[in-house]
Amino acid sequence: MNANDFNPHTPLSSLAIGTVATITDIHTDDALRQRLQALGFRMGKPIEIIRKARFNGPVQVRVGTTDVMLRLSEAAKIEVRTA
Amino acid sequence: MKKIALLGMPNTGKSTLFNRITGGAARVGNWPGITVELLTGKILLGGDMVELIDLPGIYDIHGFSEDEQVVRHFLHDNVPDLAVVVLNATQIERQLSLLLQLKQLNLNMVVLLNMADEAKKFGITIDGDKMAQLLGMPIHLISAKYGQGQPESMQAIAKALRYPTPGMAESLRTQLEQDAHIEQEMARVLGSAVQVPARLSDTRTDTLDSVLLHPWLGLPIFFGIMYLLFQAIFLLGQPLQGGVNASLGWLRDIVLTPACAGLPTWLSGLLLDGIYNGVATVAAFVPIIILFFLFMAIVEDTGYLSRAAFLMDALMAKMGLDGRSFVMLLMGFGCNVPALMGTRVMRSRSLRLLSMLVIPFSLCSARLQVFVFITAALFSPKAAPLVLFSLYLFSFAAAIATALLFKKQFANAEPFVLELPPYRFPTGHQMWMRGWHEVTHFLRRASQFIIAGVVLVWLLTNLPASAAPASSDTLAGMLGAWLHPLFAPIGINEQLTIALLFGFVAKEIVIGSLAVIYGLSGDALGGALGQQLDWVQAYSFMLFTLIYTPCLSTIATLRNESKSNGFTLFALVWSLALAWAVSFVFYQGARGLGY
Ligand SMILES: Nc1nc2c(ncn2[C@@H]2O[C@H](COP(=O)(O)OP(=O)(O)O)[C@@H](O)[C@H]2O)c(=O)[nH]1
Repeated sequence: MNANDFNPHTPLSSLAIGTVATITDIHTDDALRQRLQALGFRMGKPIEIIRKARFNGPVQVRVGTTDVMLRLSEAAKIEVRTA
Repeated sequence: MKKIALLGMPNTGKSTLFNRITGGAARVGNWPGITVELLTGKILLGGDMVELIDLPGIYDIHGFSEDEQVVRHFLHDNVPDLAVVVLNATQIERQLSLLLQLKQLNLNMVVLLNMADEAKKFGITIDGDKMAQLLGMPIHLISAKYGQGQPESMQAIAKALRYPTPGMAESLRTQLEQDAHIEQEMARVLGSAVQVPARLSDTRTDTLDSVLLHPWLGLPIFFGIMYLLFQAIFLLGQPLQGGVNASLGWLRDIVLTPACAGLPTWLSGLLLDGIYNGVATVAAFVPIIILFFLFMAIVEDTGYLSRAAFLMDALMAKMGLDGRSFVMLLMGFGCNVPALMGTRVMRSRSLRLLSMLVIPFSLCSARLQVFVFITAALFSPKAAPLVLFSLYLFSFAAAIATALLFKKQFANAEPFVLELPPYRFPTGHQMWMRGWHEVTHFLRRASQFIIAGVVLVWLLTNLPASAAPASSDTLAGMLGAWLHPLFAPIGINEQLTIALLFGFVAKEIVIGSLAVIYGLSGDALGGALGQQLDWVQAYSFMLFTLIYTPCLSTIATLRNESKSNGFTLFALVWSLALAWAVSFVFYQGARGLGY
């Protein structure tokens, strides 16, 4: 694999629609991390960007069989690895 | 009596199951966080009466949200004899974490994997027996909506109830390192008992979303759907309303008037002109209200509300609110009270308070009755729908203006994270239960407030006995005259002032009391109002009715939810001041322009 297309520290918010990545870290406060974990956001899990709302609105992502929307500010705190 | 607690994540079908088991009518909604009150029901199980308690949905037993605290406190203070844990089978790969957490509490447990029908459709296979073996507890696949698996699961519940509860681990402290253990355990159970397809095949939801959440068309479609729903409600509701009106009038003329003929004049006046006219005028709106809630229930159940939150979040953020606040505003169109309670899903107190400040401006179904009545009396059939629509715009405008004005005082950094459930459609039974629920709700309100309200209005307009009914010498006349200086500048006459005064208790009383004050009901009352008022006065009256405090229940809920007298008072005073100011500007402006 080429080092250029492998970035372990990409924020989720920067991914394009349709990208599938792997969750590597969650940098939120404990309360939100817990909520995200309960929604299926766990290290090593694949996550897909389904769509983004207009006007910098929330992004819709799919983790496992669950669809979740979150704001860009929260998505920026979730670190992913793209392959 | 033995107690069974229903536990599970939000939107897993606990309310649906609760209704199915108890035959009751708890609200169900395809929206994470709709179960807002602790519902309990008693059922006969294996020869004994047992109590079933529907707890709020929780994501995490150690979580920080208000609902999670409620559940923690509940479990701590009343250890149930059995916990029935409801999980969404289609999301088993993540919901298992809650089950494993609950398992550590050492409760007596039965696990129900709900939505087995959807899991099958999505191609998820679950080996329930294998899972039961691995976890060492009874596990059953069910479908609460359609009833599959119910007999077996009820048997399992009855059987488990025979064992004493092992007692709970004494502390429910956050133990984050346990999560590592939970993850291993999840992998072990899921690996051998569950198969999830690599890609979820809910193509119906994906296709619908690609249209309904379209970047440019999403919002126009949303408002289009809302508009069509309202059109449909009135198209279907108005003939029904006319029918109810006609039969109630017939009942009065043919049955009640002759029956009351032998009574003293004052008593037949109280019974016929007071109670019957008042209640009948309000009752005519029941069909519209039922239809309204039925449509709301369908929208809520389809999962479209979460989509509305997605579409509106960016705009709401500019007002210091979020997508959930918008959904609660929409829910407020039905009734403000559950909408206010729905804000419990928010963790930030500032965001909650700001949402609670704007929700009472939602044009609720009780206010809708007043507006339908007045617009029908004063505007042409062509103009009436537009006038009604303009009031909805004012409702949004009042909410937006209030949020913009106070967002600095209620600044918050609440994260916005929300599940998007798949689209679902309610069954006929679910819709029927919901309609029935609204009828009983109305009858309860009617017996509590409306009758008492109209009796009081009748007394005020008929006492002292020496005064001519409804004249300026009656108590009502004096009260109206006394308040007149305040209401004259906004074009509201003395009779309407009395109606507004009682509208403080509940908006249904407004038209009920107008019926009593004018001694007329239905169309005759509309005619009298049309004679006496011009459209500017009527519209000013409607604006005031829209914006000032919705009802006593709303105030009580504001107080309960905010736990602050100061905030409640502030919300009250602000809405009164805004109502007066808006009506004043409208009335004087329209008069100034020569209308
Ligand atoms: N397909 C399907 N839908 C269900 C089932 N049980 C509940 N639902 C739907 O799931 C949504 C959430 O149900 P609800 O009872 O409100 O969940 P709660 O939040 O856990 O109380 C509603 O739209 C229900 O109609 C089921 O067994 N199958």
